[in-house]
Amino acid sequence: MRVFQQTLKYSVVLLLTLSSSIIFAGSGGNGDHDKKGNPIDTQEEIKAYIKHHLQDSHDFTFYTDGQSGTHYGFPLPVILWDQGVKMFMSSKFHHGETVAQSGDSFYKLYHGKIYKTDAEGTITYDDHQHPTNVKPLDLSITKSVVGMILVSVLMLLMFSSLAKGYKKGPIPTGFARVLEPLVIYVRDEIARPNIGEKKYRKFMGFLLTVFFFIWILNLLGLTPLGFNVTGNIAVTVCLALFTFFIVQFSGNKDYWKHIFWMPGVPVLMKIILMPIEILGMLTKPFSLLIRLFANITAGHFVVMSLIALMITMKAAFGPVASTGMSIVLSLFISVIEILVAFLQAFIFTMLSSLFIGMAVQEHDHH
Amino acid sequence: MYNLIGAGLIVIGGGIGLGQIGGKAMEGIARQPEAAGKIQTAMIIIGALLEGLAFGALILGA
Repeated sequence: MRVFQQTLKYSVVLLLTLSSSIIFAGSGGNGDHDKKGNPIDTQEEIKAYIKHHLQDSHDFTFYTDGQSGTHYGFPLPVILWDQGVKMFMSSKFHHGETVAQSGDSFYKLYHGKIYKTDAEGTITYDDHQHPTNVKPLDLSITKSVVGMILVSVLMLLMFSSLAKGYKKGPIPTGFARVLEPLVIYVRDEIARPNIGEKKYRKFMGFLLTVFFFIWILNLLGLTPLGFNVTGNIAVTVCLALFTFFIVQFSGNKDYWKHIFWMPGVPVLMKIILMPIEILGMLTKPFSLLIRLFANITAGHFVVMSLIALMITMKAAFGPVASTGMSIVLSLFISVIEILVAFLQAFIFTMLSSLFIGMAVQEHDHH
Repeated sequence: MYNLIGAGLIVIGGGIGLGQIGGKAMEGIARQPEAAGKIQTAMIIIGALLEGLAFGALILGA
């Protein structure tokens, strides 16, 4: 009985892992025609699909039927600031096919961005094919925002239950036993050696939050739900800005002295070093945000391209061989991506604590 | 076209750098296996800094 239960459990996990490829395989094929009767260019369609996945979107689409053009998913709320708050569901856009009316204003979704239009939904272009319509301030609950709220609620539940567990006794029970070693790992391997024994406690809240936030979001990006939150440059910019401001505001006298008036070097060198140090102050968060963004985007791109192999290689190898090849290769890359998901969270936290440590450390004066 | 050549050059440079870091770390661990943990952490940090540089160049180039 137990063996049967375990087999069932593993089959469900395996099915979940592979369902992204099955969904993808359903969305295209050689020699298909779309609803207008035009032949579908498979290569172009795959490129568009991957590009669409890497971007944020105003609705949750799990599956699109290529032949009938129907989307399966659910809409998300759109919140616009355009002389007052405008709120409506993104189903009004019909995936960019129709104009949404809110009050006496009209909006249209064009390439993932919302533009203000007239009642017919006319979009005017400049010489470079960029729309010239007014863009209202978009504060919508998009797919990435849903992912972030999900992870925040999850973390709140997980860690408040861990904290509550310590009231009962020193040894946590249940799921908290998984979390405790991770928290201690961040404390003993990341914060303590880099920030220093005296001052690390103040920064533990930020480092733990950032570590688990990035890690869980990276792992969420590997599920077939289609989240790509840490591969969104706005999110990584925001995370890196947190580190930047925490470093600047916790920097002590020595830190600022080393930036503006480097001690122990001739006056001419002090003047030359000042702009370099200021530049270095800004490139630290920049490298943090680019690393996370590029790693996750590249990972998603590779996984999706390998899944797409089963369609692009169908003509050359036949359906069975191409599907098998693509499943083996994408499984291989997915396993590496699980490692990368942890590694990127680790690196972000590690470098953040390293920068904080540089800013707060005491120098022994000569 | 040119940005693709540039991307290739960046990857070659990054590969040489990562190879140096990894190889030297392996040597260090072989000489002093008891310091393996510290060497690994330092290796990952340097690798991440290099990776940030290479990715920055790739993003700016592409």
